[in-house]
Amino acid sequence: MGSCDSKSCVECEAAVVKIIEKCGRAETNLIPILHELQRSMGYISTEAMETIAAELGIPVGRVHGTATFYSLFYLKPHGKNVIRLCDSPPCHIEGSKAIRDAVTKAIGIQPGETTEDGNFTFEVVSCMGLCGVAPAMMINDDVYGNLTPEAVPSILAKYKEGN
Amino acid sequence: MALFRAHVLVDTGTAAILKGAAAVRGALVEEIRRRGLENEIKVVETGDLGLAGAGAALVVYPEGVTYANVTVADIPEIVEEHLLKGRQVKRLIYSGGETAAVVEAPKAPRSAEMRVILHNIGVIDPTSIDEYIALGGYEALGKALTSMKPGEIIEEIKKSGLKGRGGAFFPTGLKWDFAARAEGDSKYVVCNADEGEPGNFKDRLILEGDPHQIIEGMVIAAYAVGAHKGYIYIRGEYHQSVAHTERAIDVAREMGLLGTDIMGSGFEFDIEVFKGAGAYVCGEETALLESIEGRRGESQMKPPFPPTHGLHGRPTVINNVETLANVPHIIAKGADWYQTIGTPQSRGTKIFSPCGDVQYPGVYEVPFGATLRDVVYTMAGGIKNGRRLKGVLMGGPSGVMVGEDALDRKLCGEDLNPGAGALIVINEDRCIVDLMTNIAQFFYHESCGQCVPCREGTKRMLEFLNWWTAGAGSEGDIKLLEQLTATMAAASRCGLGQFAGVAFRSSLPLFEDEYKAHLKDKTCPAGICPMDKVPQEVA
Repeated sequence: MGSCDSKSCVECEAAVVKIIEKCGRAETNLIPILHELQRSMGYISTEAMETIAAELGIPVGRVHGTATFYSLFYLKPHGKNVIRLCDSPPCHIEGSKAIRDAVTKAIGIQPGETTEDGNFTFEVVSCMGLCGVAPAMMINDDVYGNLTPEAVPSILAKYKEGN
Repeated sequence: MALFRAHVLVDTGTAAILKGAAAVRGALVEEIRRRGLENEIKVVETGDLGLAGAGAALVVYPEGVTYANVTVADIPEIVEEHLLKGRQVKRLIYSGGETAAVVEAPKAPRSAEMRVILHNIGVIDPTSIDEYIALGGYEALGKALTSMKPGEIIEEIKKSGLKGRGGAFFPTGLKWDFAARAEGDSKYVVCNADEGEPGNFKDRLILEGDPHQIIEGMVIAAYAVGAHKGYIYIRGEYHQSVAHTERAIDVAREMGLLGTDIMGSGFEFDIEVFKGAGAYVCGEETALLESIEGRRGESQMKPPFPPTHGLHGRPTVINNVETLANVPHIIAKGADWYQTIGTPQSRGTKIFSPCGDVQYPGVYEVPFGATLRDVVYTMAGGIKNGRRLKGVLMGGPSGVMVGEDALDRKLCGEDLNPGAGALIVINEDRCIVDLMTNIAQFFYHESCGQCVPCREGTKRMLEFLNWWTAGAGSEGDIKLLEQLTATMAAASRCGLGQFAGVAFRSSLPLFEDEYKAHLKDKTCPAGICPMDKVPQEVA
C-alpha cells in the first residue's frame, strides 16, 4: 500500500486506520484523509480506498469517485519529483510550449509520463496562480517562474539523483 | 518590548522567493548577527511587496529605502554601508523602474492606486498578529461585538454597497440577510479561496500577506448571521496560503479572537482551513460545498441557494476572500466612508492582476471606475518589448475579450465588468485562434462532466478549434460554434459551461479577419498555428 507491494499488508492497513483516526472518522473528512494518506504513502492505492470505505461505512465507489475527481490525488505511484507546468492562457502566451519541449528534451518524457528510474513525473496543469511570473512551473512544492528553455536543464539537475 | 533603531523588511512573497529571497534573508540575518547588530536591527519577513520584476527586495526603515534585485553577495555591503554607517547603497535602490533614485518606499502608492485591502501587504509580517493589531487590526471586530447588533451589521454592509468580488457582484449585505433570516439549527460562513480562474492571483496575495484580515471579516460575518463554524477553502496548490492562514487561525484562537468566548462577548465561532485537491469547478459555490462534505466537486442545481440551503443543508454564507477583506474596513470606518469610494453601482476598491504581455505584471488595487488604461498602462507599465496592445481578456478565460478601443472604459459594474480582476493582456504578435484553443482546452479539461451541454459542448468546442489551428476548418464552422456556445450558455448547469464560450463570442467581432484567415485562406497571420492539416485528437 504505497510502501509495500503486498495486497493485504496488515501494517499498511493499520497505518490507514491511524490516518483516519487522526483526521476524524467521518465521511465529511474524506478529502483530508486522502490528502494525509497521499502525504504519508505517496499515492492512494486500491487497498487503502477499500480500508477507508470499510472504516467509514461507505461504498468503495464513493471513495474512488472522490479520489479520481481531483487532479492532486494520485491512484498509482508517481515519480519522486513531480513537475507541474502551467499551460493556462498567461503562461501559454508567454511561451509554456517551449518550456514543455525543454523539459521533454531534458528528461526524455512527455506530459503524463514518469521517467523509468522513477525520479520524475511530468504534468501539464491548469493555472497555479503564478501568472505574475509566467511561464511558471512547480517541482514538488518549489515554484519556478519567468522560465526560459535555457534555464530548464539546470533547474531539473537539482532534482536528479546524486545532486 | 525591545526597541530597534532600524527595521529591514524582506519581501518573501512567492515571486521574490523564486528570485532567492530566502537565501538573501538568511544571509542578512547572519551578517547582522556577525556584526553584533541583532539587538539594534530587526529583520521582518513580509508578504509580496508588489514590486514585480524587482527580484529579492528589501525595505529599510526608518528611511523607507527600497533595495531591489538584491543577491546574497550584496548583503555585506548593505549591512556595512547602510545599517552600520548610515550610507545608502545607491546602486541597488529601487525606483519603480530599472534605474536608481531614492524612493519613498512602497507606502506611496503608484498613481491611481488606492490601497485599502492591500494596505498591510508587504508592510507587516503576515505571521505576526501583533503587527496586524498595531495597524488597527481587530478593532472592527471589537466594535461589532461590543457596540453593534447583528442586524445593524447587516444594515451597515447593505448600506455600504459592498458586492461580491469573486466576479458575480452579488450584494453581500443581501446574501447575509438571507442567511440571517433562514431557519437552521446551525449556520456556516465559508470563505471561497479556491482561486482557480487563470490570470487571478489576488486572493493568494491577501492570504499570504495579511491572513488576519480574512479571519476578522469572517468572525464579523458569523456574528451577523449567527454562525458558529467557518471554513476557508484554499486550493491545494497554494501551500504558503494554507500555512500562513492555519498559523493565523491558531494564533487568533490563542488570543481569544476565535473560540468559545470571543473578546469576552460570549459569541462563539471557529474556523478550519479546508485544503482543496485540484479542481477548478470547486470555485463554484455549490461544488465547493460538495467538496467540503467529502464528495466529488459537482455543482448542484440552484435554487435553493446556499444562504438558505448550503453546507450540510444548513444556511451558509459563501464569500470570496477579497469580499471578506472589505468587511473590517466597512465596520471600522462606516458605510458612509465606503460610499465615497468607487461608482454609484460599484462601491469600494477592486484588486486587479494584470498579466501576460505587460511590463510589470502584479496585483494593483484601484477604486471602481478607474479605467482599463489606468491599470494596464499606468500601473502595469503597458505592453512590454515595445509591442502594441491587441486585446485584454477581462477576468480570465470565462470573461469577455476587449480590444484597444476599450482602454478608456471604466472598470465597474456600470461599464466594463472586471470579473474577478484578472486582466490577461495580449500583444499584436499573439494569435487569437491559438489563444481560444488554449481556453477551450482548459474548459474541456476542467468540465466536471455531469451535465451534457458542458461535457459535450467543451469537447466539441475544442475539436472545432483544433481543426482551425490545423487549417482544416471551413467558414461555416464559425456559425456552428456560435450556436453551440449559445446553447452551452443557456443550458449548462453552472458557470463553467455557461461562460466557456464567452471569450470566443466576444472575440469574433474584434478579430473577424484573423478567424477568416484561418478558415478561408488557411493561414495563421501570426505564424503560430501549425496549419498542418493534422488536427489534434481530443482525448
